[in-house]
Amino acid sequence: MADLKLMSVRKSYGQVDVIHGVDLEVNHGEFVVFVGPSGCGKSTLLRMIAGLEDITGGDIIIDGTYMNDVDATDRGLAMVFQSYALYPHMTVRKNLSFGLEIAKVPRDEIERRVAEAARILKIEDYLDRHPAKLSGGQRQRVAIGRAIVREPKIFLFDEPLSNLDAELRVATRVEIAKLHERLGATMIYVTHDQVEAMTMADKIVVLRNGIVEQVGAPLDLYNHPANLFVAGFIGSPKMNLLDGHVADVRPGEVDVEIAGNIRVSVPVAHRLAKGDAVTLGIRPEHFLRAGADAANLKLTVDFVEGLGGETLVYGALPGASQPVIVKLDGQHRIENGTSLSLAMQPDQMHLFDSNGRALQRASATAAAA
Amino acid sequence: MATITSTSSRWDAFARQWRRGRSGYMFLIPWLIGFFALTLGPALASLYLAFTKYDILTPPVFTGLDNFRYMFLQDYRFRQALQVTFTYVLWSVPLKLGLALLIAIALDKGTRGVDLYRAIFYLPSLIGGSVAIAVLWRQLFDRDGLTDQLLQLLGWPPGTSILNNPDHALKTLIVLSVWQFGAPMVIFLAGLRQIPQDLHEAARMDGAKTMQRFFRITLPMLAPVIFFNLIMQTIDAFKAFTQAFVVSAGTGGPIDSTLFYTLYLYQEGFAFFRMGYASALAWFLLIIIAAFTALTFLSAKYWVHYDDTR
Ligand SMILES: Nc1ncnc2c1ncn2[C@@H]1O[C@H](COP(=O)(O)OP(=O)(O)O)[C@@H](O)[C@H]1O
Ligand SMILES: [Mg+2]
Repeated sequence: MADLKLMSVRKSYGQVDVIHGVDLEVNHGEFVVFVGPSGCGKSTLLRMIAGLEDITGGDIIIDGTYMNDVDATDRGLAMVFQSYALYPHMTVRKNLSFGLEIAKVPRDEIERRVAEAARILKIEDYLDRHPAKLSGGQRQRVAIGRAIVREPKIFLFDEPLSNLDAELRVATRVEIAKLHERLGATMIYVTHDQVEAMTMADKIVVLRNGIVEQVGAPLDLYNHPANLFVAGFIGSPKMNLLDGHVADVRPGEVDVEIAGNIRVSVPVAHRLAKGDAVTLGIRPEHFLRAGADAANLKLTVDFVEGLGGETLVYGALPGASQPVIVKLDGQHRIENGTSLSLAMQPDQMHLFDSNGRALQRASATAAAA
Repeated sequence: MATITSTSSRWDAFARQWRRGRSGYMFLIPWLIGFFALTLGPALASLYLAFTKYDILTPPVFTGLDNFRYMFLQDYRFRQALQVTFTYVLWSVPLKLGLALLIAIALDKGTRGVDLYRAIFYLPSLIGGSVAIAVLWRQLFDRDGLTDQLLQLLGWPPGTSILNNPDHALKTLIVLSVWQFGAPMVIFLAGLRQIPQDLHEAARMDGAKTMQRFFRITLPMLAPVIFFNLIMQTIDAFKAFTQAFVVSAGTGGPIDSTLFYTLYLYQEGFAFFRMGYASALAWFLLIIIAAFTALTFLSAKYWVHYDDTR
């Protein structure tokens, strides 16, 4: 168990800056997820923490010790690779014990730890097989086992589930979460899958193009995305984003006009001027089906996906180019091409300025004050 | 009636097949003639000759096991030839493979200009086996050769030729062979490139330092390639001939110190015209090589692991 501090950590490959100065604190026993689209620098950042990649600038501090010049072999961390990277010429048992033998841990202690890890991961039956004779899921467990036996200061995972099929991925996700609970160890987990991030993390770090867009607990990011990128990245289906402008300003509230002639009032604490360009965000699950009188939106339905427990409606507002997705609980009979009456709750709406930054909601400030 | 149809249709099928492959078989003919007339034929003939006394001028006379009895019980030059050849194989093969591996690792690490260095390091293997280079080496190391003159400058007595010294002649030939490490090096280099980078990274995360990674990851992962190189180089070394022939002017001297097995065989057959005995020597060499190869294959079970995960 350990804590980790990144201070203005940068990475360049030649002229190309890949990580632009990341500041981050990870506490003892925290489960932190780096999430972002492919190529945003998640692996690079993780590998710099591991010591596999040297850092161009900044500081990495683990348990109060500067790690900048400490070799990966001496950092006492363990990593689970996307490819698993099991040693093909060693049995599963040897794969697990290799690091301990290198560290000259006594024989009986090695045996105890290997047996313990094998029991936790249910790989006892394959200990004497070679990795080639294992399924993808079993290899995955061995890779995790190899990290566990080391009792590392920090566990690092680089997209460990991406080579598994969907069902196994969900099962393993749950197991890694349980493992974290059981070991109480600090874990850093990289994924491009926001569902993995939302379900596993204590703290999510959203990355884009080598920049940290937002750090926070999963529900914080969901409820208060700091900008358009995070708003669009976290949550599935994606948040609907509709371009508009400020039509009227009142204390603690603005009227936003979208899709040409639809006006909605949003409680925001910020100063906005009439005519300012803004983007209105609302999540698919925050629309309500309304009677024609209470509705403030009429959606032209393109097509409908009935999933049983919920219904997804794809459509557009008349006069707006951006598509809209609506997620309704339960089952609904809605015909393609018809018009669907919807209402939006003011406190579920997000407003972003022309730079894509979220404007704080009035209610949030009131609660904070 | 039915039988006739089926035979003729089978014949038709064969004819069709032949017409389709005709030009291909035509291209094969020179090779087939070469193999049967120039390789398999003489080989089988020599198997018979091994049990005869044959001086080329008169027809061979069957003598049973006489040749082998002489070989194992009386022929001291045969023993000398075996000793020279085994010494050569046991030194030159490990040294050559070791050097090839070292250079391959150095080239694998470097990034800039690797292709150029690879070509440069391969050069000795292209030209090193040639007669011209053996002649050059003779010029370098023979009496009054370049090294001789250099040694004289350093105060050694004149005539300290390395190649004329029975203590050093074989060593020189071993060095000359080790110098031709290019072929195994290129194969090692390809083998090193095959080892996934993340295995090294996983081993680093496991705390393994450079040397530990070399012995516990790189070497075992390279085992199939080492195995291949070991077999090829051992066979090659047993068959070594040209350098010894040129350097000693075909004598195996000084005092038989470079009397390679193949050189002795050549002398018996083509200098002394004891073709029957030479054939017996040739077949015994084949048995030695086969035995070595078989031993290597048997040992492979214990040290070669083929990666079949991918
Ligand atoms: N060795 C390298 N040389 C040059 N560019 C690299 C290298 N490794 C990664 N990159 C670049 O750095 C960026 C981030 O890569 P990576 O950290 O692997 O992204 P992610 O894991 O988020 O998908 C990518 O644009 C990638 O092309
Ligand atoms: Mg990655």
